[in-house]
Amino acid sequence: MTKRTRGFLAGLLIVTLLLAAIVSAFASGSPDGLERVSTDTGFGDTAEDHALADGPFADYATAGVDSEFLSTAISGIVGVLVTALVGVGLFLLLRRRSRQE
Amino acid sequence: MHVPDGFINAPVSLATGLVAVAGLAVCLRGAQRELDDKTAPLAGLVAAFIFAVQMLNFPVAVGTSGHLMGGALAAVLVGPYTGVLCVSVVLLVQALFFADGGLTALGTNIVLMALVTAVVGYTITVLAQAVLPKVRGSLVPAAALGALVSVPAAALVFVLLFALGGNADIPLGEVVAGMTGVHVLIGIGEATITGLTVGSILAVRPDLVYAARRYRQDLAIHHAPARWAGRLR
Repeated sequence: MTKRTRGFLAGLLIVTLLLAAIVSAFASGSPDGLERVSTDTGFGDTAEDHALADGPFADYATAGVDSEFLSTAISGIVGVLVTALVGVGLFLLLRRRSRQE
Repeated sequence: MHVPDGFINAPVSLATGLVAVAGLAVCLRGAQRELDDKTAPLAGLVAAFIFAVQMLNFPVAVGTSGHLMGGALAAVLVGPYTGVLCVSVVLLVQALFFADGGLTALGTNIVLMALVTAVVGYTITVLAQAVLPKVRGSLVPAAALGALVSVPAAALVFVLLFALGGNADIPLGEVVAGMTGVHVLIGIGEATITGLTVGSILAVRPDLVYAARRYRQDLAIHHAPARWAGRLR
């Protein structure tokens, strides 16, 4: 990979981390489209609690962190890094397999 | 649009799970042709970018918000098969670590937000590219249009699933009207974010954008790997 491509990918990761850690603090807290329609039309109460609702990052908050900003920011950074690791790993694996064929 | 557990009954959830598995199997094969040394890491970061932007709910009406789904964006940037996989990775991470989107609804969510948005978004983008002037900049409105249509398309497929296996007896007309109306608005946000992102990446690294390859015939013909040569005419 060229230096230029590596630089571009590093820039993309930095922008992504800033979005998840900082811009996320300004996100709307209102229910999303499906949630709103489910409440308005009357099937909202058929939703069941999430099986992993007690997880350390459930609902994009970090367990044990009081500051709302930090709580969201940490969960966002963790989510970005986990997604990037799984994604890059999966796609490198697929690419390699295609080479061997 | 993350569907929680309980909205859709077990038989239909099982069916969407099977459709999701079949769709992912097709995409795992198709993605091998789209991914090379440069695009594999890019695709992983596109998935991470979609995760981050999905956190950014924007208001669409009083007391209602929406966020990017990202299928159209991912398909345009890294190819349709890889695009489906990108959003699926995001949905898996969200369901397992963030309690966002039910575990039994994972198949439903992959069908709606990965398969439908990527397939519809990419198809509309390619159709628009065929009509628009053959210059690189045309990809921005083409991708935005694909993104715009992809969101109400996913909303309508949700309504179909709700009609087949909704766990509440609600007049379908109300669900259609509600879902379509709000998701056309969310689609405008999806189109804006998709257009801005595609435009930004086109400005700095057009060679990395999958759906822009067709505009690079003169430039690319000398450097294109043999396996592209056929596609470039």
